[in-house]
Amino acid sequence: MNYISIFDIIGPNMIGPSSSHTAGAASMALMARNLFKKEPVKVTFTLYGSFAKTYSGHGTDKALLGGIMGFATDDIRIRDAFEIADQRGLKYEFVIDDKTHTNHPNTADMLLEAEDGTVGFVRGESVGGGKIKIVRINNIDVEFTGEYSTLIVKQTDKPGVVAHITKCLSDNDVNIAFMRLFREEKGQNAYTVIESDQHIPESIEEKIMEHEYVHSTKVVQV
Amino acid sequence: MRELLEVAWKRRIAPAKKEANVDFKNGKELLALCAENNKTISQVMLEREMFLGDVSENEIADRMRTALGIMKDSVHTPLQKPVKSMGGLIGGEGRKVLEFQSAGNSGLAGNIGNNGNIGNPENLGSTEGAGNARNFGGNLCGPVLTKAMAYALSVLEVNASMGLIVAAPTAGSSGVVPGSLIAVAEEFDQDEKIVIDALINASAVGYILTRNASVSGAEAGCQAEVGAASAMAASALVEIFGGSPEASLSAASMALSNLLGLVCDPIAGLVEAPCQSRNAIGVANAFTAAQMALAGIYHQIPFDEMCQAMYEVGTSLPFELRETALGGNAATPTACKMCRKCK
Repeated sequence: MNYISIFDIIGPNMIGPSSSHTAGAASMALMARNLFKKEPVKVTFTLYGSFAKTYSGHGTDKALLGGIMGFATDDIRIRDAFEIADQRGLKYEFVIDDKTHTNHPNTADMLLEAEDGTVGFVRGESVGGGKIKIVRINNIDVEFTGEYSTLIVKQTDKPGVVAHITKCLSDNDVNIAFMRLFREEKGQNAYTVIESDQHIPESIEEKIMEHEYVHSTKVVQV
Repeated sequence: MRELLEVAWKRRIAPAKKEANVDFKNGKELLALCAENNKTISQVMLEREMFLGDVSENEIADRMRTALGIMKDSVHTPLQKPVKSMGGLIGGEGRKVLEFQSAGNSGLAGNIGNNGNIGNPENLGSTEGAGNARNFGGNLCGPVLTKAMAYALSVLEVNASMGLIVAAPTAGSSGVVPGSLIAVAEEFDQDEKIVIDALINASAVGYILTRNASVSGAEAGCQAEVGAASAMAASALVEIFGGSPEASLSAASMALSNLLGLVCDPIAGLVEAPCQSRNAIGVANAFTAAQMALAGIYHQIPFDEMCQAMYEVGTSLPFELRETALGGNAATPTACKMCRKCK
């Protein structure tokens, strides 16, 4: 989305009461679920700043839990997120941290665990009007919004990986709007985040995975 | 963990597309596009969306119909089934307004009191009780405004109880636009197409405010939320009643001007009070601004200058009065007591 749309003004359609504390919370958790790729059986949320202070009255906790279960911002099931999580056997915990300073006042950490022991960590910021930013995946600081179709590639920091990724994109006629590279340390784990105005075909993931230094990929469509 | 490389390629817009002049950055350019092509604000906004979003008129109408459906549910449902808000500060206000209205005199000529003789036509026009204003309180604002006010209050009830609403432009100000437009459509028997066009008109005003000022209470106070919603509703109402694009933007400008300086001071930090009653005042303000503009009374300051003024006032508001719940209503001793209770 590179312009202010009619539906940015008359919208979003959302479960109240707050675009930043409810809709944004649901969005960031939904994004965390999509990035995790597996069905979480346990999730631990840590709430900071304004989230830590006013989460209860804004239903931030229900919205986060709903998002982890795959509910979009306009899904009325958010209201009953606790009951639905209990029914599904999803364990959840909320840690309130009003001491630690974060870059943005509306920040939450989400630690997801799958049945097979896989653990994933995502930090999100709710930046206003329901818009969000993902600012950390596992140990790596990243930055993307989910407003564009997004491709996230986890790779080893080696020459040629980015060239391989961009070639796969151009072979599929995908125009890159934004591209960023983040890494842990030289030669260690790195993430490539590519945002596009257009649909990114999921089939591209298989192609990208062919490279020996690519560990995992994820496409999140708008 | 540091960022190694950051590359951003701006999207390249095809040159053929660039030539089409359907986009606008402010009210002046919007009015120029309206005048050039003899179009309404909603038509110009619709064409902008079709071009920039590469979507058809039908797709836009369908999406707006979905939003309107949610809006209709959110104005009507609490009148049947009032719900308490999560923080417990509000609930049932929309229904109270309409119940009080129907318990009293609902017509223009009669004097049916709120003391039992409801709807008895024999009492219409009788002189008994004439001059006794006590019987008319439920309809003090007249049937249309009373309904619009009740509807706006209802949307905030839905919002505060984790129901489904359409932010317009925000959740905290989500009652003004649907309350105004749906009540007017019902009372003046306007069809769905007219309401959809009115919503698109409202979105044009909201877009200009978002682009050139702010619609965030945390950034510019309640004047940027309810003020913006009221300006959007005023402009849309003018279009429904056949006013010119200039009259629409003048109504929007006046609506903004009337709420200039309004602070964001939510009790206990919740989107409940005074948010809810501010939505009702946003409706009343939109009605007065629209009716004045339709009567040819234009605000002295053009809309674009008013946007700028609103933004400057907003950003100069102290931190305590911008959604932090540290000033205004929120900082009163009574509010502080409530704050402890609802947590």
